[in-house]
Amino acid sequence: MARNITYREALNEALAQEMERDESVIVMGEDNAGGEGAPGDQDAWGGVLGVTKGLYHKFPGRVLDTPISESAFIGAAIGAATAGMRPVAELMFVDFMGVCFDQIYNQAAKFRYMFGGKAVTPVVIRTMYGAGLRAAAQHSQCLYPLFTHIPGLKVVLPATPYDAKGMLIQAIRDNDPVMFFEHKALYDTSGPVPEESYTVPFGEADVVREGGDVTIVTLGRMVHTSLDAAAQLAAGGVQCEVVDLRTTSPLDEDTVLESVEGTGRLVVVDEAHPRCSIATDISALVAQKAFGALQAPIEMVTAPHTPVPFSSALEDRYIPDAQRIVNAVKTVTGWTR
Amino acid sequence: MTDDRIVPVTMPKWGLSMQLGKITGWIVTEGDEVSVGDELADIETDKIAGTLEAADAGTVRRIIARVGEDVPVSGTIALIAPAGVSDADLETAAEQARAVIDAGVPDEAEGEPAVETAEVGGRQVRYVGAGRDGDVVLLVHGYGGDRNSWLFLQAPMAGKHRVYTLDLPGHGTSSKDVGDGSVGLLADAVIGVLDAIGADRAHLAGHSLGGVVALTAAARDPARIRSLTLIAPAGFGPEINAGYLRGFADAATRRELKPVVGQLFADESLVTRQVVDDLLAYKRIDGVDEALHTLLGTLLSPDGQTQGIDAAAVAAAIGGAVPVTVVWGTEDRIIPSAQAEAVAGAAVHLIDGAGHMPHMERPAEVQAAIEEAIAGAV
Repeated sequence: MARNITYREALNEALAQEMERDESVIVMGEDNAGGEGAPGDQDAWGGVLGVTKGLYHKFPGRVLDTPISESAFIGAAIGAATAGMRPVAELMFVDFMGVCFDQIYNQAAKFRYMFGGKAVTPVVIRTMYGAGLRAAAQHSQCLYPLFTHIPGLKVVLPATPYDAKGMLIQAIRDNDPVMFFEHKALYDTSGPVPEESYTVPFGEADVVREGGDVTIVTLGRMVHTSLDAAAQLAAGGVQCEVVDLRTTSPLDEDTVLESVEGTGRLVVVDEAHPRCSIATDISALVAQKAFGALQAPIEMVTAPHTPVPFSSALEDRYIPDAQRIVNAVKTVTGWTR
Repeated sequence: MTDDRIVPVTMPKWGLSMQLGKITGWIVTEGDEVSVGDELADIETDKIAGTLEAADAGTVRRIIARVGEDVPVSGTIALIAPAGVSDADLETAAEQARAVIDAGVPDEAEGEPAVETAEVGGRQVRYVGAGRDGDVVLLVHGYGGDRNSWLFLQAPMAGKHRVYTLDLPGHGTSSKDVGDGSVGLLADAVIGVLDAIGADRAHLAGHSLGGVVALTAAARDPARIRSLTLIAPAGFGPEINAGYLRGFADAATRRELKPVVGQLFADESLVTRQVVDDLLAYKRIDGVDEALHTLLGTLLSPDGQTQGIDAAAVAAAIGGAVPVTVVWGTEDRIIPSAQAEAVAGAAVHLIDGAGHMPHMERPAEVQAAIEEAIAGAV
C-alpha cells in the first residue's frame, strides 16, 4: 500500500527489502554503519546521508564500514560483484570519483565486454551530487555526463521517492554496474511509495506533465524546478510537456522524439555544466532525428561553465531556476523566422 | 425559502480520496432540457478526468461553477428546475451554492476511509467501506483491476448503502500470491471480506472475472446473497479477446500497455496517461507478473483462444435462488455482449455504445442497474 515517505526513507526501504530477499546483497562505504572507533554507537549515522540507518543491526555482517579510501572500497565492491555478491557501495560525494575512476570506467565497465559476456558485474555505486548546500566547488558537482559517456555503465537519476525505491531495486537486480545518483536537495522530499517491492525499468523516461506547446527535457532535481516553471507558464496559457529522463544510460530516445514531434519546440534543463553534457546530448539527438519537427532553435538551460561557487549569493545564481526556464520557454514560443 | 422543485447538480465524488473537482468544460448551457444520463460537464480531478451525467431530468436553469475553478465535492455546480420556479428563488439558491464553492473544502470534510484487511487462507485481502446505513453491497473488480475501478460508483452509492470494494488476491494492495489461480480461491476472498464485515446478507456486483467470482461466491451460500449484478461477466460463452488478455499480462512498458488498455473502452481517449501509469506501477510490484500469468491460465482454455471458465454451470447450480442482473456494453471488445443471452433468467441491461468498462464509461447507468437489482431483491 502506498504511503508518503521521504526520498531517503524510500532508498533505505529498497536496501532493506533487497537485503531481506537476497543474501548476496551487501552495503559498504564510509560511515555506513557508524564509523571506525565508535564502539557502542554503531549505526548511529547510517552514512552521512542517513540512508543506511538501521541496516547494521538488521543484517549483521552485511553493512561494512570502510576506510576513507574510495579506490580501495569501490574496487573491493567491484571485485565482490564479479565473485557473486551484489554490493551497494556508497561513494559519499560523486566529486570523489577521481580517486576510484579507473576501477569504475576501465574495470567494471569493461568486464562483460572483454570476457566475451561470461562475466557479470552486478555492483551499484550510490553517490550524492548537485549544488545548493553551500558545500563549495569540490562537493557540489553533477558529473553524471562523465559516466554517461562510458559504454558499459548504467547511469540513473531518480527524481522522486517512488522512482528512488523502484530504481534502486532495479539497480541491485541488474547484472551490470549501475551509477546511482542522488541529489542532496531531494533526500527530504516526500511522495507516495508502495510498501511492496517493485522495480522501475531503466531506459523509460517519464512524462511528468503533458502539454502541447513546448517540450522540456530534464532530469534529477531539475524535474521539480521545471515543473514549477511549467505551472507558472500554464497560468499564462503556455502548456509545457515535461519529460524526466530518469536514466541517461540507457537513454529513452523515443519518448523525447515523440514529445518534440508533438510540440515542435525543445528546452533542455540540466544542472550540469553546459559542455559535453546531457543538455548537448539531447539537443544533438533532437537536431538530428526530429529536425523537421522543430519550429524554433533549441534552448538549453544549464549551470555556467564554472566551478560551483561557495558564495551563497553566487551559488543561488549558478543553479538554474524556474525563472530562467520560463524565459527559455518564452524564447522558443516567441521565435519567428 | 427556496423552492423544493429546484434540483441541484453537485460535484460528484469520484474515488474516496477526492475532495475537489474542476469543471474543464460545460456540455450543456442554461435553458437546455436534459434527461437522465445526458452528459452535463467534463470534470477533472487530480486522479482522473470524466464526464458528469445527469442524475435528474429537467431544464438547466442556472450554471454556477465556472470552467477552471475548483469545486468541493457535493458543492452545487448547476441548478435544474421546471419553468414554474421563479428567477428570484433561483437567484437565492445560486447565491447559496456560490458561497459553498467560494468557501472551498470544509475543514470537517471526511477524510478517506481506512483500508481494512481480512486474512483469508493466509493471504491479506484489503477492502474499503463507504456509507453508514443500508444494505451491504460488495463490488468485485476484474482481471488486472483493483478496488479503484469502482471510483465512479462507490462514493455515489454510499448515500443509500454500505458499499464495499476489495482488492482480489494478486491485485491492488492485497497479497500477490494467487495459489492455483482458481476462481474458487478468488471467491474465498469475497466470502472472507463478507465475514470480516460481519455481513449476514449482502448484494454482490462483479465485473468480468469479478463477475464469475461473485457468482461463485453466491453459489457457496445462495441464501446469503440478496442480489447479484454481473457486468460483462467472464464464462458465459467461448469467445474472448485472448490477445487482449495476453497483451495485458505481458506488457512491460507504457508503449506496450497503452494500446492494450485502449481495447477495454469504446472511447480510447478515456485511457489517460494517469490510467496507464497507475497500471504500470501495479504491474511492476513483485509477484504481480506471476499472478497475472497464473490467472491467465484460468481465464483461457488450454488452446489459449477461448474462455477457460464455465460460469453457466455455476449459474445453473444457483438456479433461481439469487436474482441476477446482467449489464453489458454493446461495444465490448473483450467479451461480446451477445453472451448476455447465456445468463439464464437474468434481467439484462445493454448499454449502447459502452465498451468492456461500462462502470467507468457510463457509471450512472450501471449504478441505476445495480440500484434496481437491490430494490428488487427480497
